[in-house]
Order: sequence, then structure tokens, then C-alpha cells
Amino acid sequence: MADPKRFSEDAMVHADSLYAAALRMTRNRSDAEDLLQETYLKAFRAYDRFEEGTYLKAWLYRILTNTYINSYRAKKRRPEETDVEDVGELYLYRQINALERAGMSKSAEDVAFDLFTDDQIKGALESLPENYRYAVLLADVEGFSYKEIAEITEVPIGTVMSRLSRGRAALQKSLARYVQEWALVKAEK
Amino acid sequence: MSEPKIPSMNPFDRSACEQTIHELYHFLDGELTEAKRKEIEYHLDHCGPCVDIVSFESDLRRVIADRCKEQVPQNLRDKIALLIDHELDASEPGA
Repeated sequence: MADPKRFSEDAMVHADSLYAAALRMTRNRSDAEDLLQETYLKAFRAYDRFEEGTYLKAWLYRILTNTYINSYRAKKRRPEETDVEDVGELYLYRQINALERAGMSKSAEDVAFDLFTDDQIKGALESLPENYRYAVLLADVEGFSYKEIAEITEVPIGTVMSRLSRGRAALQKSLARYVQEWALVKAEK
Repeated sequence: MSEPKIPSMNPFDRSACEQTIHELYHFLDGELTEAKRKEIEYHLDHCGPCVDIVSFESDLRRVIADRCKEQVPQNLRDKIALLIDHELDASEPGA
């Protein structure tokens, strides 16, 4: 059984990453702050049921996920957006490569990564359908394994994998827009 | 020949590239079996274009993760600490 007196010390080291997830999911600062507070309060109250030696960060994410689903998702219910266009693998890589071949730049790849602002990257992630967004966030931003993501989101591993693959493709498509805009501006100069 | 034992995937075969691309995300996610991972690593030792792709995808992922970092504002940290303190006080025996 976990000692409640140690809760703050053990759990608060994950606050920045949980807050980042809360922001991406609610897309709203004040909701994200409420969600984080509620998550910590619930986690504290359930802490005596946390098994020491298991993965605390994943356990906190489970609570964040449930809290989000119960309190925040309901607020702006929209139809499940499963229709993201399938752009296939390596979308961004191919786009950037095409620019290089067109003589746009010798190092379009370096340029592309410098080109994205924080807000564009956050915006691209936030534009993904919720389930895809959360899977991509848990894997690519937080580095959880498929199995951990399956446990956090309570879906089979196969579902995690398909959400990741569609989500990543959609994210690349969204980011490619900024590269294309940049290329257009550059071509006009 | 003292070459290491060549894995089943021939790195000079075009289909090795296709397989690498196909497994790319599982590879980067660290979700392949040891044998499969070694096959891909072996291919990458011999295939420049595939190395390009793998490093692009892995750089992109690092950029995304770095740019999505956030810091909890101090006042929110304080609020949470206060909430937890209240809870702790309430749960103390004799409180």
C-alpha cells in the first residue's frame, strides 16, 4: 500500500507532463487547470489502492483519462470523427523530398523542423480527432508503450496501433501544410 | 568468412527497404521482437536511403515531443499542494 504522506513527492514529478496532456485534450487553459487539479485530488484519494512498484505515471494518466472522459468530453460532445483522410506512410518526408528535388533547398528537412513554431505543432496535434490525438500524445510525446496506452485508454492493443498509424499520418498531413506555405512564399521571392 | 550471421532479410534486396518502411513505426516505438529489430538494424547498416527515412521520422518525433512540453504554472502547483494538504489533514487520525 502506498503511503499518502509520500503522494505529493512521488506524484507531482509528473505534473508537467500531465498538464501538457490536459492542455492538448481540453484545448483550453482553464479546463486543463481544472482537469489537472481534479486528477490529483482523485489520485490522492485512491492512492491507498495504488500498488507500489507499478508504474505511477501510467496510473496517473489513467485517472486523467477517466476524469477527462467523464467531466470534459461530455461538455462539447461531437460525433466521433473517424474519417481522417488516409495519406499513407511517410507523407511529410515525401513532401519535403519533393521540394528538395524541385531545387527548393538543399536542406529542406532542417528548414522544415526549424520552420514549425510551437503553436503550429501543438495546433496540428490538437486538430486530430480525439482518440487519435490521445494515442499519438501518449506514444510520441510521453513515450508510453502500446501495452501501457492500451491500459490507459482501455482499448485493445490493435486499436492503439491503428489509432497511432492514422493519427501520425494525419499529423504529418497537417504539418505538411506549413512546409507547402513556406515553399510558396520562397518561390515567389 | 567471418561475417556475422546474416539475418533472414537480405539487406540488398528491395523488399528489405519495403519491409523497413512497413515496420518503421514499430521499430521506432521499440515494439519489435529482438530478431526483427536486429534485421532492420542490419539493413540500416547497409542502406543510406532507409537511414535517411528513419532519422527523419525519429527527428520529427523528437521535435514534436520537445515543442509540446509545458510547465505547470506555480499558482496551480500551489493550489494542488494546498488541496492535498487539506486532504492529508482530514485523513489524520484525531483530526
